[in-house]
Amino acid sequence: MKSLVQIENVGMSFETKKGSFVALRDINLQINEGEVVSLIGHSGCGKSTLLNLIAGLTLPTDGALICGGREIAGPGPERAVVFQNHSLLPWLTCFENVYLGVERVFGQKEGKAKLKARTMAAIEMVHMAHAADKHPGEISGGMKQRIGIARAFAMEPKILLMDEPFGALDALTRAALQDELIGVMQKTGATVVMVTHDVDEAVLLSDRVVMLTNGPAATIGEILEVNLAKPRNRLTLANDAEYTRCRAAIIEFLYQKQVRKAA
Amino acid sequence: MSAASLSLTANSSNPAPAAEPTSPARTTENHMTSAAPTTIAASKPAPKNYAEPIGRALRALLPPILGFALLVGIWAIVSMKNKGIPTPEVVWHAAVTLFSDPFYSNGPNDQGIGWNILSSLKRVAIGFGFAAAVGIPLGFMIGRFKFLSAALDPIISLLRPVSPLAWLPIGLLVFKKADPAATWTIFICSIWPMILNTAQGVQRVPQDYLNVARVLNLSEWKVITKILFPSVLPYMLTGIRLSIGTAWLVIVAAEMLTGGVGIGFWVWDEWNNLKVEHIIIAIFVIGLVGLLLEQLLIQIAKKFSYDSNS
Repeated sequence: MKSLVQIENVGMSFETKKGSFVALRDINLQINEGEVVSLIGHSGCGKSTLLNLIAGLTLPTDGALICGGREIAGPGPERAVVFQNHSLLPWLTCFENVYLGVERVFGQKEGKAKLKARTMAAIEMVHMAHAADKHPGEISGGMKQRIGIARAFAMEPKILLMDEPFGALDALTRAALQDELIGVMQKTGATVVMVTHDVDEAVLLSDRVVMLTNGPAATIGEILEVNLAKPRNRLTLANDAEYTRCRAAIIEFLYQKQVRKAA
Repeated sequence: MSAASLSLTANSSNPAPAAEPTSPARTTENHMTSAAPTTIAASKPAPKNYAEPIGRALRALLPPILGFALLVGIWAIVSMKNKGIPTPEVVWHAAVTLFSDPFYSNGPNDQGIGWNILSSLKRVAIGFGFAAAVGIPLGFMIGRFKFLSAALDPIISLLRPVSPLAWLPIGLLVFKKADPAATWTIFICSIWPMILNTAQGVQRVPQDYLNVARVLNLSEWKVITKILFPSVLPYMLTGIRLSIGTAWLVIVAAEMLTGGVGIGFWVWDEWNNLKVEHIIIAIFVIGLVGLLLEQLLIQIAKKFSYDSNS
């Protein structure tokens, strides 16, 4: 498999009033094409910081991040982000929200009709065609996140970055969206990095689960390979030995090795 | 609660068939009642449905009507004690005569009340328009650039509390004429809320939206048209609403000082003629116009407000 993203000795510290705060240190990670990687850890451990570094929304204070052979110097549409709070623009319809990204990426080479077809295809992929002309305020939280995913996929990014994409949703909606995402990833073969704090979500969706130690100065504690055939089905997995093993390994890491200090 | 219990008993004693067609009047009424009684009310027989909205309308109108009655009552008592103040009846008759011909013109010092209101509104519109043309772009720049904000904040803080009328002599000096000087005071009083609210709106554009812009790598033009402008618009409209409010307050005072045609000058003129009933009419008219301006802008603002949590 070809390596897509290399993270080399990356560290991140923030200047605060009380002096320098080290959020991340010595992060080394390689993400291959077509791979789905989860970042898991207790809250405040710098998962989102690491994702923002890959997105280019923040730049590291140490080390370097490389995507497709080039150093990441800022955000760009080849690294699409699905935000936790969907971040759809409320004054645009769902269609226009997705179109905004499509136009930016393909507008130079393709005509309006083609751009519209792409937008519609992405919206259909997440089964939201019926709500294309609605504004985000008129649809539910789960539907908004579907549109957020469609917007990211429509740009055909090299890598898709998801920051707790289903964190704000109720359990049933979350399961439905996870299944949706499994389908979309299967279809597109996308490379995905996903921040999560949900153990089942991590095992169900990823090829590898990267576990971060507690902050401050968090780093990679363990990396777990999930050897489960794809596409995965949550019903048949429930009693699968490998699934249980992975789940147990993550829980052991989170609740035994990295016990959360009383917050 | 009485409405709900009423419909409950009506329903149990006289269960209407579900297939009965509902009149349009009933459906609008159902939207106004709370969820629980709605389903019951939907199958109610027709006659009671008209009584209920009328009753509700009466209950809604009663307090304001009583309030106005009280005001007029106090006014009537005061006018009986003090011969200088005309009674409500005298004012009413004066108003009827005045509004029967609002657009007459007998030279610059004797024009109908309609002309006076319109020329005041015209001054407000011009001064306000210039203030918007200068204040909104300035507010955008102050919101966008920290340096400008740091440079201009002390100046704005110093000048904002100054009564715009203090600027009137400067206007007279520069423009050499009363009319543009009055417009000038409107410009001065309108510009501060416009600058400050626009700047605040720009500073409060949610970081999420700006992150979207960065990830999508939108061009500066798209950032302005698709993200900055729509998210600042509600703040801008608040600024505009505040500006119009103050402008309408200030124009009366400014016109009293500058003269010419206008509602403020008219008030002063009628004072010189000792037509106190006309002054009282003017007070109501000024209030009404201010109210209408405010409502108009609230309606516009409603169209452009987005719930940022949605």
